[in-house]
Amino acid sequence: MTTRLSLHVPEPTVRPGGKPDFSHVDVPEAGEAPRPPIDVPPGEIRDFAYSMIRVLDDSGEAVGDWAGELTSEQLRTGLRDMMLTRAFDARMLMSQRQGKTSFYIASLGEEAVACAHRKALAPGDMCFPTYRQQGLLIAYGWPLVDMMNSIFSNAKDRLRGRQLPGLYSAREAGFFTVSGNLGTQYPQAVGWAMASAIRGDDKIASAWIGDGSTAETDFHSALVFASVYRPPVILNIVNNQWAISSYQGIAGGESAKFAARAHGFGIASLRVDGNDYLAVYAASKWAADRARADLGPTLIEWVTYRAGAHSTSDDPSKYRPKDEQAAWPLGDPIARLKAHLIRIGAWSEERMRQMQAEVDAEVLEAAKQAEAHGTLHDGPKPSTASMFEDVYKEMPRHLREQRQQLGY
Amino acid sequence: MARLSMVEAIRDAMDCKMAEDERVVVFGEDVGYFGGVFRCTEGLQRKYGKQRCFDAPINESGIVAVAIGMGAYGLRPVAEIQFADYVYPGYDQIVSEAARLRFRSGGEFFAPIVIRMPCGGGIYGGQTHSQSPEALFTHVSGLKTVIPSNPYDAKGLLIAAIEDDDPVIFLEPKRLYNGPFSGHPEQPAVPWAKHPLSEVPEGRYAVPLGKAAVRREGKGVTVLCYGTMVHVAEAAAEETGVDAEIVDLRSLVPLDVDAIVASVEKTGRCVIVHEATLSSGFGAELAAQVMERCFYALEAPVERVAGWDTPYPHAEEWDYFPGPARVGRALLKAMEA
Repeated sequence: MTTRLSLHVPEPTVRPGGKPDFSHVDVPEAGEAPRPPIDVPPGEIRDFAYSMIRVLDDSGEAVGDWAGELTSEQLRTGLRDMMLTRAFDARMLMSQRQGKTSFYIASLGEEAVACAHRKALAPGDMCFPTYRQQGLLIAYGWPLVDMMNSIFSNAKDRLRGRQLPGLYSAREAGFFTVSGNLGTQYPQAVGWAMASAIRGDDKIASAWIGDGSTAETDFHSALVFASVYRPPVILNIVNNQWAISSYQGIAGGESAKFAARAHGFGIASLRVDGNDYLAVYAASKWAADRARADLGPTLIEWVTYRAGAHSTSDDPSKYRPKDEQAAWPLGDPIARLKAHLIRIGAWSEERMRQMQAEVDAEVLEAAKQAEAHGTLHDGPKPSTASMFEDVYKEMPRHLREQRQQLGY
Repeated sequence: MARLSMVEAIRDAMDCKMAEDERVVVFGEDVGYFGGVFRCTEGLQRKYGKQRCFDAPINESGIVAVAIGMGAYGLRPVAEIQFADYVYPGYDQIVSEAARLRFRSGGEFFAPIVIRMPCGGGIYGGQTHSQSPEALFTHVSGLKTVIPSNPYDAKGLLIAAIEDDDPVIFLEPKRLYNGPFSGHPEQPAVPWAKHPLSEVPEGRYAVPLGKAAVRREGKGVTVLCYGTMVHVAEAAAEETGVDAEIVDLRSLVPLDVDAIVASVEKTGRCVIVHEATLSSGFGAELAAQVMERCFYALEAPVERVAGWDTPYPHAEEWDYFPGPARVGRALLKAMEA
């Protein structure tokens, strides 16, 4: 009798009603991973794709070769960036529930990845983000009001009401225009880096993608071109375990680590604790230095957990246990950095409360200013006639005619 | 003034812009060392180096995507898709990205890129070496779509496309690469050297996008066409004796509406000719424009001659390709009405 074939369809370990279980997530001790020189040949650090670079241990101490990069002051700034990002997200989620905008995507639990990475880049470098890297803008110091104007699609929205909330564009901040089409920006970042290399510039690109979107063909395209031309690009994969309702196994994460994807392309690869601000900064800096020294691309898998809903249109309790976040073995990035700062005597519960009040006030003040310029269904709006602009550099005849038909 | 083939004229356009503007880079499959499967980039790598002209992996989405990234940086990439039939893997990057960067970023980012692709049939190319996918691009807001029919235009339009700040789909009818083609495969091939439009000036000149050219003046019927069909229409007019006015659109988006209206109002009749399949092809847009703008001048229904609504066949090449006989019948029919 021959074997009867069956299709393997990956399933997460638990579903709603079950007890959260992350026993399959192997978490190495902090400080275990050595720090290779930036000119290491990719083949010599293959093990890094199966391990995890971690700096902060369970007691909040920074340990190992990747520790010691940042001053207390820089760490406090990092903590503030993450808290501001979280407060911003909370406020915008509420604004969506209040009907001030149609949609919002939060980055709860993933704040360290974007905020720390941004600090490792230089002015002039260009990030090609997804819709969940608002921390890049906030850590850069981009005005919250500008972000909110775009979320509310109001009269001051620089994108003139054309884009969904959260799909920012901020060239000055090194933040490429976000597209709704997944994965497309990944090879574009490679092209931007190729251009920098062609021109003999010193700028680098930073590409972003989620675990689910690594299944898109453009992920492969990016890796091929990065492998062939070795441009100065950091290829970030944010593995937050979930692509809407699909757990990362559906993207191929059950069979192999996402970081290991780089091996077949001869690209240097790291796998990093994405909830460890110090590790994110150190690994990002390593990859940025490597790129800037013309040593080629680096792929980094940031291991983290999407603590919130996918978006305001999503209800995660339909596909995963409600208390899963509490069981996530890498904890919460803000709580972990706070514990570290307190442990080194650079922070206190009292200062934490003050900072929380500060960032809440800053977000509230920005929201007031933005709402004064209008919200989606209320107040001033972008001009309707502007809908026909920027399709082309100069408005062609057919668009002029259509604008006239609309009465402008 | 030199006499150039269309291949030479296209190469000359890139050579000219690469010499003039360091931001112009040329790449695609087999485009570098080998000089392209149709020789359109021959010698460019030798002259400008591998940083400016290079071979790409066989990955159309990647080719278009890196062009977009380079454009966002400030370069002016000229990317080649080896055959228009193979553009589909890059379609998401063209439609969702290149076409919309400027709009969605409020003008912060844009894609000053040219995507060259050999198109069209008449070469026994079968299903995947003969397609004319222009309607898939003209339908997309934010793209410009251009298709030359002779060496002079090919160089001037390509230079204009490279200098344009919007993404341009540059379709090159491969049947016209080495000579004009009237649609008579039984006749010996004619080189470009004998055609007046093979006289190509040295150095930079531009043929503006959005401007049609009248190839043959006539009073009987307007023929709206582009690419290889310009030459087929000329043959059909000659063979039927119909006094057709042949308008070579050259640029489909933006479209030279004034030239179309002027001609149809003069003739009162209109035949639209393209190689692409009929249904929802660009001819449907042209017919609608003529109906909307010239209705009271029309003395006959607008005729369309196009490829059949089938995949492009191999053995049945000349039954599929809209040749001078089919175009001629449409001219006569338009005149009879």
